[in-house]
Order: sequence, then C-alpha cells, then structure tokens
Amino acid sequence: MSVLPKNKMKILAFAEQRNGQFKKVAFEVVKAAKTIADQMNAEVVALVVGNNIASIAGQLGGYGASKVIVVEDSKLELYSTTAYSKVIAEIAATESAEVILLPASAMGKDVGPRISVKLNAGLAVDCTALNANGGTITATRPVYAGKGMVDVTIKTQTKIFSLRPNVFTAGNSSAATAAVETKKVELSDTDFSAVVKEVKQSSGKKDVAEADIIVSGGRGLKGPEHFKMIEDLAGSLNAAVGASRAVVDAGWRPHDEQVGQTGKTVSPSLYVAVAISGAVQHLAGMSSSKYIVAINKDKDAPIFTVADYGIVGDAFEVVPAVTAEIKKLLGK
Amino acid sequence: MKILVLVNHVPDTETKVKVGADGKSIDPAGVNYMLNPYDEFGVEGALRTKQAFGGEVVVVSLGGDANKETLRKSLAMGCDKAILLKDDTVRDSFAVAKSLADYANEYGAEIIFCGKQSIDHDNSQVGGLVAELLGWPSISVVVKLEIKDGNIVAEREIEGGHEIVHAKLPAVIMAQKGLNEPRYPSLKGIMDAKRKPIEEKPASSADVRVEVSAMRKPPAKTSGKIVGTDGSAAAELVRLLHEEAKVI
Ligand SMILES: Cc1cc2nc3c(=O)[nH]c(=O)nc-3n(C[C@H](O)[C@H](O)[C@H](O)COP(=O)(O)OP(=O)(O)OC[C@H]3O[C@@H](n4cnc5c(N)ncnc54)[C@H](O)[C@@H]3O)c2cc1C
Ligand SMILES: Nc1ncnc2c1ncn2[C@@H]1O[C@H](COP(=O)(O)O)[C@@H](O)[C@H]1O
Repeated sequence: MSVLPKNKMKILAFAEQRNGQFKKVAFEVVKAAKTIADQMNAEVVALVVGNNIASIAGQLGGYGASKVIVVEDSKLELYSTTAYSKVIAEIAATESAEVILLPASAMGKDVGPRISVKLNAGLAVDCTALNANGGTITATRPVYAGKGMVDVTIKTQTKIFSLRPNVFTAGNSSAATAAVETKKVELSDTDFSAVVKEVKQSSGKKDVAEADIIVSGGRGLKGPEHFKMIEDLAGSLNAAVGASRAVVDAGWRPHDEQVGQTGKTVSPSLYVAVAISGAVQHLAGMSSSKYIVAINKDKDAPIFTVADYGIVGDAFEVVPAVTAEIKKLLGK
Repeated sequence: MKILVLVNHVPDTETKVKVGADGKSIDPAGVNYMLNPYDEFGVEGALRTKQAFGGEVVVVSLGGDANKETLRKSLAMGCDKAILLKDDTVRDSFAVAKSLADYANEYGAEIIFCGKQSIDHDNSQVGGLVAELLGWPSISVVVKLEIKDGNIVAEREIEGGHEIVHAKLPAVIMAQKGLNEPRYPSLKGIMDAKRKPIEEKPASSADVRVEVSAMRKPPAKTSGKIVGTDGSAAAELVRLLHEEAKVI
C-alpha cells in the first residue's frame, strides 16, 4: 500500500553507494531531484542498488526522497554495467519515472547511455545546473572542457540527466523520513556479461575527482622528491594531491592524479596550483573550482588569469610557509 | 578478427571557444580540427588487437568531408580501411551512435574500440550507446586490456582506484589515456594512407533526443588578487582563504 498521492510525476534519483556507504554525490543527486520536484509538483523516489544496503537507505529521506527503493542481491555487490543498467531501467519503468537523475561519476557515466537506450530516453551528461521553471527542464552543461557552456533540453518523454559531483549542494539532512521498499529484479547470468571482479583501491589516498580541496604540483617543482612539500600542504588541509600532465608524463606522479583535459575534471571548493603554468588543457580540468590559488614564480603565467589569490614567488619558499600558517590556524 | 574503431574529428585542445552566429554552437572560423585524442588510444588498441589475433581494422567516422583528415591519419597509423558515414547535420549522441551501431552490424564487427569521450561536447555517451544498441557488454575508461580466448580482462579508472572488469567478446572498449602509447604514423604509413580508399556511405537517421538551445562562454573570473611575492605573504593568504573565501 502506498501512502503517496497518485499520479504525481516521479523523479527517480539513483543514489550511488560503494561498500555499503553512500557517495557524497548520492545526497547531491537526491537533493537536486527534490529541488526540481518542487518546481514541477513532482515527488522523488530514490533508488539504491547493491548488497546489504537496506540499513542505509532511510537516510535519503532527509535529503528529499519520499520513497526509497532498495534492490539487493549478492551478485550486485560489485558493479556491473549490464546488470546495474537493467535494474535501474526496470525500476524506472515500473515506477513510471519521467525524469531520472544520475551522478556523473565513473558509475553514473558508465550506466547512463545504456539506460537511455533501454528507456528510449534522451540523456544529458555532466550537468552543472538544472532548472524546471515553466515545466520544461533545462540543463546547463560544460562543453569544450569548460571553455563553453550549453543549455540543453530533452525531447523524449523520459529524460535522464547526470549531475557533476561537487556542484549541486546537498546541504544538511532534515528530519524527514522516507518509506523504504525492497524490490527484486530477476537477473540471469547473461545480465552480467560485463562484471567487476575486483576493486583496486589506491592505498587510502584521497582522489582528486572527489576531494573538496586539491593541492596540485607542476613541472616547476623540478623533481618527484619535491612533491613531499605538496603532500605536506595537502595533508595540512586534508586535501587530495593533484598533478599536471608534465609531471605525470615525466613519471613523477601516477596518472590518476592528473588534472586536465586528458586527466580528471575537478570542481573542488579550493584548488591550489603550485608551479603549474596553467596551459589551456590544465585549466580545462580545474577552472570551475570555486576558489583557485596559484603559486608561481612567473607573474605572467596563465594560471594567474583564473586564480582568485596568487603569490608570485618561489614555491620552495612559499609552500612550506603556507603549510605552517595553515597548521597554526587549524591548531595542528 | 573484424576490428572496428570509431573516431571523431574535433577542435584541437588549444581552441579558443567563440560562440557562432546561431548562438548554439562554436564559431568554426580559425579552428583547427584533429583526431580526438582518446580515439588515438582506441586506434592503437585496435592495431594491437590485430597484431595479436590477425584480421583487419576498419576505422569509421560520422560527419562531413572534413572528417576524412582524421580517417586519413588513422589509416596512416595502420588501419586497413576507412568508412565515412556522411552527414553534415548536427546530431546528438544517440543519432551518432545509432548510425555507428548500424554500420557495426552491417560490417559484422567482433570488437569495437572508441575513445572514452569526445573533447568537443564531452559527452562520454557514444561507446555505451553503441554497445547497448548492439546488445554487447562494454567497458569504459579503460587503462589496461587483455584478451585471451575471447575473454576480456580490463582495468577501468574509477574514483580512488581501478575496477578489474571481466567480459566476453564481442564488446565495446572505451579507451582512456594510459591504455597504450599511440604510435606515430611512419613515413611509409603516410604514403600508404594516400592510396587506401575512404568509402563514403550515407549515415542512417534518428530523431534528435537532446537539443542544444543556447551556447555561451562561462562567466569570466574577475582578475584575482596577488597577495605577495614570497613566504611572508603566507599568513595573509591563509587569512583570506579562511575569512574571505571561507574555504578553510
Ligand atoms: C592533447 C593534449 C592534452 C593535454 N592534457 C593535459 C592535461 O590533462 N593536464 C595538464 O596539466 N596538461 C595537459 N596537457 C599539457 C599542457 O599543454 C602543458 O604542457 C602542461 O600542463 C604543463 O605542465 P606544467 O604547468 O606542470 O609545466 P610547465 O608548463 O613547464 O610550467 C611550469 C611552471 O612552473 C613555474 N615554476 C618554475 N619554477 C618554479 C618555482 N621554483 N616556484 C614557483 N613556480 C615555478 C614556471 O614559471 C611555470 O609556470 C595536454 C596537452 C595536449 C597537447
Ligand atoms: N561522429 C563520430 N564518428 C565516429 N565516432 C564517434 C563520433 N562521435 C563520437 N565517436 C566515438 O565515441 C567516443 C565517445 O564520444 P562522445 O560520446 O561524443 O563523447 C569518441 O571518443 C569516439 O571514439
């Protein structure tokens, strides 16, 4: 028995979890769905997929879900592009959801196109704003690596949007609760034609794609040994370490730290670029950060054109001084 | 093996974006186009698959005549045959993918390589769409790939780590930087490419699902504040981040 009023339009919010814990972006997606739902007199149904996850599902009520659907299966413990897309599409169809919101995370970007084919739905990827005033949803998304922005609308009956992490704010959870409903989706072996067998965690370090603060180093640091200084500054801020392509290509840092056009696109609240010139391909990956600090000895380095605060000086002197000041401030 | 590789022709990474007269797309004046960087990893992956298993590599691009340049480069790298699915209209990802999937069927592809993303509209859609349209498994953001007896073991990048994915052929592989080191076309390759045919076919059609209504430049940053020129500025910088920006 459903306590929800009938015939209200439904927005399905896919709340990504890994290892039984919601990703931060899961709350952002549910909250963004709620904002749209309020503009359209619709309601939010959240979906959690995985194994042993029923206990966390209720949390989503506090971000605006009026109902949470849980699909649990031991075979869904690890991600599978084919099985997860089947589950999401099937739940979207049985709920008659007209709008589906996904995170533009590795999982959401992978699953989005597959669901869109199954549901004959248009898909707009990596959106940074959604607006439903007037009944039509207009999404804004960056193109040309953030050098342009486009507004897009979806023409199909069912519409799918994926949201760039860290852009939509989830805010604090309210006291609201949601009904949790467990549903079964029949899955056969053929539904697992691509399946994750193992996840290799990068030894507990913070990932640039998810970090709220990033400290990145460039070729001006002259050698991998000097990244200790970057790690110390990052450590004082509880930040992730990032890198320019020049240092990744030189083998000083691993590729998963590379920020930019051929690395990761990031939008943290604070991005500190140390001894990075600010080539367009680097800016492409980080210029949508809320605040940017540049430390570079060349006052004409292009990084200063996007920086909110800059120090034109020698990184080897400035960075340790900044680290010391931060430790002082945060009482470390 | 019948190996198909999908390549897109995109503005190079140095492009200064100017909005065109229609207010919806980039002004192409003065823009240099190139083979989408991720697709180079796709081409290299396709060529290595041929080295391992034999067969042929067909490269396909959907677009106008200009895309022949990108097809020519792929031929110079070593692809055997090129197909231009001719279309001068603006298409969304689905309409591109539909036509590419139709061609993959017609050709009888056994594995498809593509890039993880086109660097024009950064959609990251076409590979997954093509796979779903064909009913194949797919693996995105691939940085490592092994194929043995029709079984695939691949590594894909995710937040904070890598996933080891198992799948079976036929499959779509979406390449990320790190998958391989793309070869440079050899002089002989460039000469041979001039003689290799580029076959033109009409692209099959599909309705537009996602429409761009406007394009603009992102809001310009008001020029930042230079806080100082040495370590003595550190305290002021940290104060600004704490009190003004409130990010620490
Ligand atoms: C297709 C393509 C894709 C690309 N993708 C990416 C990408 O994803 N990410 C990326 O970052 N790049 C990318 N690039 C490369 C990009 O063009 C630049 O080459 C690269 O970003 C430069 O790295 P850098 O700033 O560390 O090095 P440099 O350009 O060498 O800059 C070093 C900087 O350090 C400063 N410096 C030197 N010594 C000191 C000191 N003691 N104290 C303070 N400052 C100092 C210098 O003034 C200079 O500004 C790409 C390029 C292409 C063609
Ligand atoms: N017009 C096209 N012709 C051929 N391949 C394409 C085309 N557009 C995209 N692709 C392929 O699909 C990948 C992902 O593109 P996209 O979904 O546009 O980001 C690209 O890296 C190409 O390999």
